[in-house]
Amino acid sequence: MREEILLQIVNVCKSFGGVQAVLNVSFDVRKGEVFGIIGPNGSGKTTLINCITGFIKMDSGKIVYRGQDISYLSAHKIADLGITRTFQIMRPYYSLPAYKNLIVPLFSPRARRTGGWRGGGKLGDRDTVSIDILEEIGFERDSFVPYKLASSLPTGYLKRLELARCLALRPDIILCDEVFSGLSMSEIASMVPLIEKLQMDGITLVMIEHRLRELFRVANRVMVMNFGEKLTEGTPEEVMEDERVKEAYLGSEKLLDYTFEA
Amino acid sequence: MDFIIPERRKERVDRGIKVRTEGIYAISSLEEVTYLVFPRLVLIMGILLLPILMPSLYWKRVISIACIYSLLALGFDFLAHFVGLVSLGGAFFIGVGGYTAAILNKSFGLPIVLTIPLATVLGALICTLLLLPALPLRGVYFAIVTLMYPLALMRIIEALNILGGTDGILGVAGFPNRWVEQYLIIFILIFVLFGLRRFVNEDIGLVFRGVKDNDQAVRASGINITFYKALAVFIASGLGSLGGAYLSHIYMWSGISQFALDFSVIPIAATVIGGGGTLVGPLLGCFFLVPISEWLREFGTLRIVFYSLILMMFIMFRSEGFMVYAQRKYHQFERWVKV
Repeated sequence: MREEILLQIVNVCKSFGGVQAVLNVSFDVRKGEVFGIIGPNGSGKTTLINCITGFIKMDSGKIVYRGQDISYLSAHKIADLGITRTFQIMRPYYSLPAYKNLIVPLFSPRARRTGGWRGGGKLGDRDTVSIDILEEIGFERDSFVPYKLASSLPTGYLKRLELARCLALRPDIILCDEVFSGLSMSEIASMVPLIEKLQMDGITLVMIEHRLRELFRVANRVMVMNFGEKLTEGTPEEVMEDERVKEAYLGSEKLLDYTFEA
Repeated sequence: MDFIIPERRKERVDRGIKVRTEGIYAISSLEEVTYLVFPRLVLIMGILLLPILMPSLYWKRVISIACIYSLLALGFDFLAHFVGLVSLGGAFFIGVGGYTAAILNKSFGLPIVLTIPLATVLGALICTLLLLPALPLRGVYFAIVTLMYPLALMRIIEALNILGGTDGILGVAGFPNRWVEQYLIIFILIFVLFGLRRFVNEDIGLVFRGVKDNDQAVRASGINITFYKALAVFIASGLGSLGGAYLSHIYMWSGISQFALDFSVIPIAATVIGGGGTLVGPLLGCFFLVPISEWLREFGTLRIVFYSLILMMFIMFRSEGFMVYAQRKYHQFERWVKV
């Protein structure tokens, strides 16, 4: 494993009114790894991703990407640098067919520069490139699926479409917000190899996940969050052994009382 | 409880013609060519024949005004159904375009062939710049801002007595003859209609539709949505300014009545009647509404009553709009099937 640090998050804070959603979270993401972020509901994982990708302005903190400070850039500029994200609640363009959904990211300045996923710097016909990407991500080329309206696709395909939208930009990092949630067991089973494939292609992945078993299969390192703070960080094995993590997930006496009151 | 179990239901079947497959134009027979070309031909021929068929000079003028409203309605439909910005700025665009053309003609002495294109571009620029702060807003909030501008500008011109004050700018050059006046706007309208229809299905058009469907996903795709919204407003306000410039030259006058709310409201009514998102619909809606509102003048003050009644009927019984209904009837046939 190469140790080159790609993305550095330093002391990120974000509060919504009186609620401290993220408090002083720092971590590094190394090139080519799968970095998992886990934690109970409401522990600030999605807010953290929103801060990193510029969808929310953080209160304080610093984000460094390849030595460049990207802390307060707007969302499209961050995506243009190659830091893409998926949304937990899928955001396809419902009125367009699946393959036309990818025309939008392929129209972006970054895709024109890079030529899309696997593109050699020159973007060909967008429809063709889009079908190619969809096939790699699990839409059968000769079936009707890529040509169906996004509004008629099941969750499994929409999750893949989210990933495909990122891939169209030829990203360096994809921040996945719960790609496994809402999927059936068989859909998850086919999603895991896809994640491994992306990693083999040299894409760094940051994954928020509640499906710990599947995440621990693919993740190199995992960070645990609780109540907006970073609890611990380490390999999946280390994290699983950690007492505080068990406490956060299963709840100590004190914690249980607290959650029931809330 | 006695339910009546229906014995049959209506089934809709697409007409099996290959040319309807998106993106692939496999035209293989005269029948298919006719199927495609016929509706377009009827529309184009219909619009072209209108000025000849109109009995009096008065009605010929009405056709030109309907064309100007159609440009506005096309802009409204484009913004509302393909970019997701509901604009009440018709009056704003017309007013800015009208005044720009009048000023260019009177103060700078430019001929009509230059004032109309220049006023289109300059007017669009002015409108876009003024609306720039409102671009992050969506839906009804954007609509309110676009509605405020014409009201504010009208009062500013009145209060400061600039640009001719309440008298307006008189003595703007007219068209050489009424055939040029009529057919120029008709050709522009046909060009804009088919141009826009093509534009929204191009790749860049899909970006606009993406902004409407899901602007956050467009941002996540590394695309600056503010730029594309500004571009869309530029296109729509350009169409409006073109109409305004044309109006100034038709009446050889530009005044604060060009900021009248009619220009904001009629395009929306026309879009409702014609069917939003079809682009042709709003145009037909204007060619229906504008003459009707002229024709109803005979009823004096009762005009608005009849006008509202027609609008209400449409909204209650054909809320999808005429073109959506017509396209469905044309592209699909219905049959009864046993349940």
